[in-house]
Amino acid sequence: MKNILKSTLALLSVLVAFTSCDNASKSNNSGALSSSAAEKVYVAPGEHDEFYAFISGGFSGQLSVYGLPSGRLFKVIPVFSQDAEKAYGYNEETKPMLNTSHGFVPWDDAHHPDISQTNGVVDGRWVFINGNNTPRIAKIDLSTFETTEIIEVPNSAGNHSSSFVTENSEYVVAGTRFSVPIPQKDMPIKDYKGNFKGSLSFISIDPEHGHMDIKFQLIMPGFDYDLSHPGRGKSHGWFFFTTYNTEEASTLMEVNASQNDKDFIAAVNWKKIEDYVNNGGGTMMPANYAHNVYDEATHSATSTMKKEVRIVNPLDVPGAVYFLPTPKSPHGCDVDPSGEYIVGNGKLSANLTVHSFTKMLDAIENNKVAGDAYGIPILNFEDVLAGVVEQPGLGPLHTEFDGKGNAYTTFFISSEVVKWKLGTWDVVDRQPCYYSVGHLMIPGGNSQKPFGKYVVAMNKITKDRYLPTGPEVTQSAQLYDISGEKMELLLDFPTIGEPHYAAGCPADLIKPRSKKLFKLEDNKHPYAALSEADTKVVRDGKIVHVYMTTIRSHFAPDNIEGVKVGDKVYFHVTNLEQDYDVPHGVSIIGANTSELLIMPGQTETFLWEPKQVGVWPFYCTDFCSALHQEMQGYVRVSPANSNTPLKWSLGEDIE
Amino acid sequence: MGIIKMKRSNIIMLIAALLPLGLFFFPLWKITLEAPQYPTPLGMYIHINDFSDVHPHDIKNINLMNHYVGMKYIPEAIPEFKIFPIGIIITTLIGLIIAFKGNYKWFLFWFILMILLSSAGLYDFYLWEHDYGHDLDPKAIMKFTNPDGSVMGFQPPLFGSKDILNFRAHSYPMLGAFFLGFGIAASFIAYLFGKKHNKIPS
Repeated sequence: MKNILKSTLALLSVLVAFTSCDNASKSNNSGALSSSAAEKVYVAPGEHDEFYAFISGGFSGQLSVYGLPSGRLFKVIPVFSQDAEKAYGYNEETKPMLNTSHGFVPWDDAHHPDISQTNGVVDGRWVFINGNNTPRIAKIDLSTFETTEIIEVPNSAGNHSSSFVTENSEYVVAGTRFSVPIPQKDMPIKDYKGNFKGSLSFISIDPEHGHMDIKFQLIMPGFDYDLSHPGRGKSHGWFFFTTYNTEEASTLMEVNASQNDKDFIAAVNWKKIEDYVNNGGGTMMPANYAHNVYDEATHSATSTMKKEVRIVNPLDVPGAVYFLPTPKSPHGCDVDPSGEYIVGNGKLSANLTVHSFTKMLDAIENNKVAGDAYGIPILNFEDVLAGVVEQPGLGPLHTEFDGKGNAYTTFFISSEVVKWKLGTWDVVDRQPCYYSVGHLMIPGGNSQKPFGKYVVAMNKITKDRYLPTGPEVTQSAQLYDISGEKMELLLDFPTIGEPHYAAGCPADLIKPRSKKLFKLEDNKHPYAALSEADTKVVRDGKIVHVYMTTIRSHFAPDNIEGVKVGDKVYFHVTNLEQDYDVPHGVSIIGANTSELLIMPGQTETFLWEPKQVGVWPFYCTDFCSALHQEMQGYVRVSPANSNTPLKWSLGEDIE
Repeated sequence: MGIIKMKRSNIIMLIAALLPLGLFFFPLWKITLEAPQYPTPLGMYIHINDFSDVHPHDIKNINLMNHYVGMKYIPEAIPEFKIFPIGIIITTLIGLIIAFKGNYKWFLFWFILMILLSSAGLYDFYLWEHDYGHDLDPKAIMKFTNPDGSVMGFQPPLFGSKDILNFRAHSYPMLGAFFLGFGIAASFIAYLFGKKHNKIPS
């Protein structure tokens, strides 16, 4: 009996111990943060954040602008998707931005923003970002925070190993994830192997205006080119791409593309190919792709279809491309700030593989070739290996660097960020992510000079981290302080779409250049009315052009007569304001498009096709002033066969 | 004859006569309007011959604000912009002649002339401000009355700071006014020097 009592007590105490243990670990995981963490992310009212973070919206197609460390959202820049709030892709001026060889494509999957660089340091001039689905690269101007250029990438599919910028912004590089027939043709899918090809596109950037032009496309074997990064410093002139599906499977990929023990990192000496191309190398191939450019002076975009592209066969440029064997379908391909280490994040491997640029050059010089794939030399794994981070976690995806000799790698499966040391390959610290982190971002991370104060982890799964909102919950990012030896979780913040990847830089790089308004005298829009005296209504057959202006708090004209059912009425609205943060908006009842949101000094146009006789009001949609509610007007719509004369006025009755 | 031979009082008078020319290079006055919505305040410089923006488009934006209470637009030009420069040039010429030819009593004459003219200029400026602040459009969007029932005016202060509805208006002289002021003061000093020098037999 005594024994039973004793053992019962023992069992109970063990249970109690376990329970309390459980409680303790729970409060460690999700309990209130220490007040110091709260202070670290607190930006007092009216104060500004230290960093900008440009976080892609993933399948939203857009790019969001956050402040760090506060995690506050400032703007969603429409890039690949229509945005009714800002009329992007709805007004006549920006519709051409979304033109492609497949026609108007109002959506894409925006993945990897990257900030332009000068001398290996982020310069805050432009952000480039890739559209995955209908391959495109966009350029966002960081003086206006608007998308000013989009170029379609031909011969590509699933534009994923993109859009990374070389250290003097010579190129923004776009690699294909899906190999396809090049040129496209009708053929059996099962004949993939050996017949499909993968293109790696080097898009030159005009140093002055940032205009993009495809310099050449490298036509590679039919693997999946997953991610990429440029060499820097000593490895400047090279570009590295991870590959998977070196099996060249085309069905049940999760199994069939995971068979090879090692896939490759493709090392591309783009300087060598650039020389080859500059000397007339490569061949022009017929193509059809859109190049869309937004002009700040006309406030309008134009779309041009380009009809050829220069392609380069890697076998024609000996010594330009090598394969570095890398275990198990590597995903992220990350180069450290010195340019020496190339990290292959083998997502199905338990270890992290790090290659050495110096050893790679040595192996090339000494011709230590293990074999070839479609004629491209494969170097020996051991000859290029710098080191291995042993068993750091499960499912390594991406690595960034703090500029102090440390690397930070995300692990999707074990849901954590792991800090390790370059050179010794020792794990220093690990912090959990909530949950299943994908990319991570350190401001300036893809450059020679990272600003290693914070890391943002961008998670794929949110579940219970915020107030629930039905089956679909917000996506989530997390901010960690990495200024000390140990990382410290500071903040969760919700994001738009999928926070796929981000680029960040000190706010001071961008803030002074941010435009406050567009100068009216610089407005070269063909339908601008630069003063109320210039306003008019012009009929050209069934097309009516309204040259309208806005200023607090009225439209000019605000009474229009003589419009008829069946007309196409273009409202060209110029905002005459020249003061910071005084936009006006406008729409009219029944318009089959979005409102306009017109910045000071800007002209935008929307189309209205009146279908019913009557007198229809329009009004200002952005609360502009104390008399905003009075900012309204009327259009009289007469029957199609009527003779109502065209008239317009402001401040007096129409005679 | 050279400047070297000039008496000290005449040299001071020469400087006094030249100083007001600074009005052609620097603004005379500045009016600033502060409000919560204007973290960068709106401002206007008044020059001897022009109004100008402190920040680009400030005058346009002041006009936009003022039209709500029925104030007129700040004019592109006023007659004073023609008269004042001529006045300054003439008084400078007179001052120069006095500096070279005149004795100290004429310095006092110039000093008094300048005081009178400047006072007249300030009074003219006040009248303009008063008219600008009180001659309101009867169709003004917003009409305000004082506690005694009279129509509220929006005259900026001639000198100093004042609350006008949501704005705090500041009105202060600028470098050009100091040039003028120092010039006038210098002529009086020249007079004092001349008077002192005259008493000592030489």
